[in-house]
Amino acid sequence: MSAGEDRWQRVNLALACLALDPAAMGGIWLRARVGPVRDRVQKGLETALQGHILRRLHPGVGDDALFGGVDLSATLAEGRVVRTRGILGTPSVLIMPMAERIKSGLAARLAAALDAQNGLSLIALDEGADADETLPSALADRLAIHLDLAEQGLSDAPDLALDPVALAEARALLPRVTLPDSAIAELCEVAARLGVTSLRAPLLALAVARASAALSGEDRVETADLTLAVELVLAPRATQFPQSEPDSAPEEAPEPDQPDTPEDQPDDVDDKDRADMPPAELLLEAAKAMLPPDLLARLSAGRAVRASQSASGTGAAKKGNHRGRPLPSRAGRPGGDARVDLVATLRAAAPWQPMRRQMTGQQDRLHIRMSDIRLRQFEETSDRAIIFVVDASGSAALARLGEAKGAIELLLSEAYARRDHVALVAFRGETAEVLLPPTRSLVQTKRRLSQLPGGGGTPLAAGLKAALELALFTQGKGMTPSIALLTDGRANVDLAGMANRAQAAEDATAMARAIRARGWPGIVIDTGLRPTRGLDALARDLGMPYLPLPRADARSLSAAVDASLIPA
Amino acid sequence: MGPFPFSAIVGQEDMKQAMILTAIDPGIGGVLVFGDRGTGKSTAVRGLAALLPPIEAVAGCPVNSAHESQIPDWAKVTDRDLVEKPTPVIDLPLGATEDRVVGALDIEKALTLGEKAFEPGLLARANRGYLYIDEVNLLEDHLVDLLLDVAQSGQNVVEREGLSIRHPARFVLVGSGNPEEGELRPQLLDRFGLSVEVTSPKDIDTRIEVIRRRDAYDRDPVGFLTNWRGADMDLRAAIVSARTALGHVEAGEDRLRDCAELCVALGSDGLRGELTLLRAARALAAFDGDASVTRDHLRRVAPSALRHRLRRDPLDDAGSTTRVTRVVEEVLG
Repeated sequence: MSAGEDRWQRVNLALACLALDPAAMGGIWLRARVGPVRDRVQKGLETALQGHILRRLHPGVGDDALFGGVDLSATLAEGRVVRTRGILGTPSVLIMPMAERIKSGLAARLAAALDAQNGLSLIALDEGADADETLPSALADRLAIHLDLAEQGLSDAPDLALDPVALAEARALLPRVTLPDSAIAELCEVAARLGVTSLRAPLLALAVARASAALSGEDRVETADLTLAVELVLAPRATQFPQSEPDSAPEEAPEPDQPDTPEDQPDDVDDKDRADMPPAELLLEAAKAMLPPDLLARLSAGRAVRASQSASGTGAAKKGNHRGRPLPSRAGRPGGDARVDLVATLRAAAPWQPMRRQMTGQQDRLHIRMSDIRLRQFEETSDRAIIFVVDASGSAALARLGEAKGAIELLLSEAYARRDHVALVAFRGETAEVLLPPTRSLVQTKRRLSQLPGGGGTPLAAGLKAALELALFTQGKGMTPSIALLTDGRANVDLAGMANRAQAAEDATAMARAIRARGWPGIVIDTGLRPTRGLDALARDLGMPYLPLPRADARSLSAAVDASLIPA
Repeated sequence: MGPFPFSAIVGQEDMKQAMILTAIDPGIGGVLVFGDRGTGKSTAVRGLAALLPPIEAVAGCPVNSAHESQIPDWAKVTDRDLVEKPTPVIDLPLGATEDRVVGALDIEKALTLGEKAFEPGLLARANRGYLYIDEVNLLEDHLVDLLLDVAQSGQNVVEREGLSIRHPARFVLVGSGNPEEGELRPQLLDRFGLSVEVTSPKDIDTRIEVIRRRDAYDRDPVGFLTNWRGADMDLRAAIVSARTALGHVEAGEDRLRDCAELCVALGSDGLRGELTLLRAARALAAFDGDASVTRDHLRRVAPSALRHRLRRDPLDDAGSTTRVTRVVEEVLG
C-alpha cells in the first residue's frame, strides 16, 4: 500500500471514529485546500454523520446567529417580541469553511460552546495557504482529530467506505467499551514525550481509542486502537521529536529487552494486560511515523506567528462602532456589535407614519419598519507611535548622520500631518538614551534631533532594548507602536556596555527576537555608504523589511518607510 | 450536571490557594490565572462556583440586593422576598457588546411598546459575586476601560440613550488567559489582587491522575460528583469558618514592616502590593486557623500577591516569580 493510500485509510478511520461520538471528540481540524479530495472527505462526512444536524457556519458569523436574539423584522411586524434560536443552542455538527480566518473572539466563543458539552462539535475546514494562516490554537486544542490533506493525491483517494448501518452498530457498542488500566498511563507518557503539554490531548485520544475499538466490534480497547489514537490525536500536536528516555520519568523500565513491563503500571493489572498492551515505546514508533516533516521549521517560526496573529490585543488599530468620534448613523441591520440610534431611527420613520397608518388601519401605534433602523457609527483613529532608533555612533557620524537626520525630519513632518506620536531613541558610546518620549510636538523633536551628537561605539542591543521598553510603554497607553531603526553597521558594544563584538552581536539578535515576538511593524534603514553585510540578517530577526538609504533621495525613502510602518 | 468538583482538581496548588483566599476575603480583589492551554483554568473557576456559600438576596432583584431598601429605583421588582441564591459567577464572553456588559435601553420595549426601560447587563448580575473573563488578555480595549472604571468605583453608571441609571457593581474579577497570545495592560493587571501562573504538570503520574479523574467524570458525572461532594462540602465549611475568623486575625507591627520591606525590595509600584499582601496573608492565616499572621503565611502568598506588580524586564519572560522568591528569601530569611 502506498503512503497516500495508507493516509487515506486513516482519514476513513478518523471520520468513522468521529461519527460515533462527535461531541466527545470536539471535532476535526481538516487542513486542505478546496478541491476534489476535500469534496470527497466532506461527502464522506455527510454520509457518516447521518442523523446529526449539520450546519455550515461562516467565519464572520455574528452573535445573534450564534446565540439567538430578537428577530427585529418579525418583532416590528407583529408588535410583540419574536426571538430566534441561536445555532449554538441545538446539538449539531458545525462545519466551518475558511476556518483559518476565524477571529480570536469567535474562536473563544466556539471554544466555550464546545466546553459546555451541549452535544456540539466542529469540523474546521482550514484552507490556509502557508503556515502562518491556521486555526486559532484555542480551537485546535479542543478538536481531537487533526488531518492534513495537503499532500493527498486524488488517485489515492477513492470514495470513502462509511456504512451507516455498521456505524450505527458500533455506536450502540460504544458505551460498553472498556479501557485497560494501563492505557491512560501510556497515552500520557506518549503525550509527554512528544511535548504535548495540553491535558486535553490525552483525553481526546482516549475518546478516539474507544471509538476505534467500537468500530472493530470489540468491547475492549486494544493496541491497534491506541495506535490509531496516537496517530490521529497526539502525533499532529507534537512539539518535539520524542526522546528515548525523558528525564522526568525515571520509573520507566530501564531494560531495553523487557519493553513490555513498564513499572508505572498499577499493581492490579493482570498478566494478560501486560502481554497485550503496548508499552509507550511502541506507540511512540507510531507517532514518529506520523510526525509532520516540517516540525522543526514550525517550531522555530512558532513564537513569532503566534504573537503576530493576536493582533486583537491591546492598542491595535481598530475600526469600531463602540467609541471614538461619532459619524452620521447609517441604515442597517441591528445585531452583533451594532447599536441602534433611536433618534435617527424615529426620524427616518416619522414621515411615513400617516401612510402606514392608512395602510395597516392601526391608528394608535408607531409604525417602524426594518428599513427605518439606523445604526450608530464611530470612527476611532488608533494612535500610532513611531519610534525612531537612531545610530549616533562614530562610524555613523562619519558616514551619513546628517542625511539620516534629514530623512527623519521628512518623516516627522508627515507624522505630524497624520497626528502620529513620535519618539526618539539614540544610541552611541556605551548606552542608549530616550531623547524624546512619545510626543506630537514637531518643533521639540527637530530641536532634539539637530542637537544629537555623534561618536563612540555601536551599542545596538541597548538601542533595541530602549526601543522595546518604549514600545511597550506606548502600547500600555493604547497606542500602536512602530519602530524605525536607522543604523550603519554591526554592533560592537554589548548590553553591559563592554566592547565585545561577539557578545554584542548575540545581545542584538536576542533583543531583535524579543521585538519580533511582539509583532510590531517596523523598518530597518541602512545608513551606511554601501549596504552593510549582516544588517539584512538583523532585519530578518526583527521581522521587518530592510532598506538601504538611497542616496540623496529622502522623498522615496520617506514613501518606503511610510508603506512598511502602517500596521497590516 | 454539575461542574467538575474543585477538590478533584489535581495539583495546581497555587491556583487553588488563590481562589480560596478570594472566596474568604473578596476584598483581596480577584485572581488572574495565566498559563498554558488545557491546564484546568476554567475548570477551577467553574468548580469554585459550586463551592461558594450561597448569598441572601431579594428574589426578583436584578442586582442581587441584600435588602429591600437597596433595590435600585429603576428596577420593577415584584418578588421582594429574601431568598438564598447561589453566589453569582458570571461569564463575560470575549466580544460581548458594551450594551450587554453595562446594560442598555431595552430596545424591544422601546420599539414595540414605546416604553423607556433599562435592561440590566452582566455587571448587574455579577454584583456581590464573581465576574469571570476567559482569555482576558484578548478583551477589547473599550471593555477594559469600562471594567477598570467599574471595578474602581464599585458602581456602574449608564448615561446614554436618554437613560441615566446607576447601580452597585461590586464583584471579584477572575481572569484567565494564555500569555503567548497577548499582554495585559498594566492598569488592568494591577486590578487583580492575586496572580498565579499555571503550567502543565511535568510529572507523568500527576498527568495520568488528571486524565483518569477527568475520564471518570466524563463517563459518569453523577457518580463522580457524589464521590467528591464530601470533599467539596468540607472545603466550603472551611471557607465559611475562615470568613468568621478573618476579623480576629492579628497582624503585628513586625508583619507590616515585613510587607513594606518586601515591596520596597521588589520595587513594586504603588501601595496596592502591601495591602494585598497583608489581606491575602490574613485570609490564609484564617484558613489555617491561626490567630495571627506569621512570616510563613507571607512567604506563601507573596509570589501570587506581588509577581504581577514588578517592573518588567522585557528580555526576561519567566523571571518575575523567581525574583519574588529570591527577595522573599532575602527579606524574610
